[in-house]
Amino acid sequence: MNVEVTPLPGIGVRKDFATRNGRRIGVVTQRDGHIELIVSKTDDPDACLASLPLTAEEAGALANLLGAPQLVAQLTEEHRDLPGINTKQLPIKAVSPFDGRTLGDTAMRTRTGVSVVAVMRAGQVHPSPTPDFTFTAGDLLVAVGTSEGLEAAAKILKFG
Amino acid sequence: MDHTALSLIELGAVFFGLGALGRLAGKIGMSPIPLYLLGGLCFGQGGLIPLGDIGDFTHLASEMGVVLLLLLLGLEYSAAELFTGLRRSWMAGLLDIVLNAAPGAIVALILGWGPIGAIVLAGVTYISSSGIIAKVLGDLGRLGNRETPVVLSILVFEDLVMALYLPILTAVLGGVSLLGGMKAVGISLLVITVVLVIALKFGRYVSAAVDSPDREVFLLKVLGAALLVAGLASAMQVSAAVGAFLLGIAISGSTAENATHMLEPLRDLFAAVFFVVFGLNTNPAAIPPVLGWAVVLAVVTTLTKVGTGWWAARRQGVGKLGRARAGAALVARGEFSIVIAGLAVTAGAVTGDLAALATAYVLLMAILGPIAARVVEPVAKAVGRKAAARAATSGSA
Repeated sequence: MNVEVTPLPGIGVRKDFATRNGRRIGVVTQRDGHIELIVSKTDDPDACLASLPLTAEEAGALANLLGAPQLVAQLTEEHRDLPGINTKQLPIKAVSPFDGRTLGDTAMRTRTGVSVVAVMRAGQVHPSPTPDFTFTAGDLLVAVGTSEGLEAAAKILKFG
Repeated sequence: MDHTALSLIELGAVFFGLGALGRLAGKIGMSPIPLYLLGGLCFGQGGLIPLGDIGDFTHLASEMGVVLLLLLLGLEYSAAELFTGLRRSWMAGLLDIVLNAAPGAIVALILGWGPIGAIVLAGVTYISSSGIIAKVLGDLGRLGNRETPVVLSILVFEDLVMALYLPILTAVLGGVSLLGGMKAVGISLLVITVVLVIALKFGRYVSAAVDSPDREVFLLKVLGAALLVAGLASAMQVSAAVGAFLLGIAISGSTAENATHMLEPLRDLFAAVFFVVFGLNTNPAAIPPVLGWAVVLAVVTTLTKVGTGWWAARRQGVGKLGRARAGAALVARGEFSIVIAGLAVTAGAVTGDLAALATAYVLLMAILGPIAARVVEPVAKAVGRKAAARAATSGSA
């Protein structure tokens, strides 16, 4: 993917790329850290249909929505030859007892046999988290295990 | 009532009045600068109410306003951005100078204000208002547009030109000879080059000298450094404004960002005083005779700025609508035109008529600029449709 980086002197940076149907999509990152999502118009490709200001949290959530399914799909593809092994995304919700606690605290592997292979946070992948990795609400865990194990893991994350 | 009490009341009334004007400007989506100028015109000589007791304060405050305006302009762009801007847009920048400085110079010569008046008015009509333009682009959601980098790089170029122009202007206003003028140009070129090199290579040391994790210390250090440099530059006849501008360029990175954040409210305060004082010193009775010329300049320089933006955007492969948007975005003139006229008036080297013309011109352009940026799309689309319709009918005939 060819991402074009254009400096905007005095304002920040524009990073965008052309999609397959010819639209430009990207972000403008202002110097003070404000992020705007931009999508070009169809009839006037120089102009933006939308220039949507996003908070850091919103940008992270959007990045997780776009990024996590790709990661899961990729892992599922890799495990295709191993029957019985599934990959699933498990969210840490704001009400989860593990918001602010570590992966070790969940004792996930001991209790369910499920491995957490990555954590998606604010659009970034944290691969192979160690037991002292601290979760916060909004994290998406990418977990690998049996169907039963994954179900149990989801329950643990929800109810402790 | 004693003197201090009266001064406080007057100053309070002025600030409160400016606040009300600023709010009004925000409501109707325009720049507050024309309203500040009008506010100044209403008071002062020949105006409705003379303001007497706060003259000393407002004089110094307006000087600080100029220093802060230029300091923040320097902080806005890093040295690296200035260099890339210069490399990328020098052709558009030169066209910008020729097209937009010439009308001012010609009108000044027609009005018999001599070469000094021509240099001053050329600067007034040349320099776009980066403050108004950046705000309008943000408000209209055009930061992601393809023509926006073109507009911004022209503004960067104009900034660099200011760094050259202001010392020359100061020298000319000081009444130096041709040789002295050449010397001033040589010195300013040398100083700017040295500052840019220092900013590029050793910017972090300059930043480290003023930086501090403590807000209070940081504010005092940055403001102190700005006034010191401005004062020293002024003592060396280089113009306080240029000193502040170059300091702004030399401060870089996160220090520049933090300084901008912290100084913005101060700049707004003192710059508002500066606009009011400029309005105060302009005799409202002198405006009607020059109003016709102000309108002529407004029309001509609107067209020339649109032309500049159109040409620069076309070179970057932007479509017709985008070219029109780039041109219209550049139309606004504002704070720096008043800074230039203010320098000339303070030096006493030009007639009061020039101040009146500059005031009327900036009043028109600061209002017209944002409006032009807003209406350009529907207008350009309508024109495009008409042209298409005409082409279709002539094609079928």
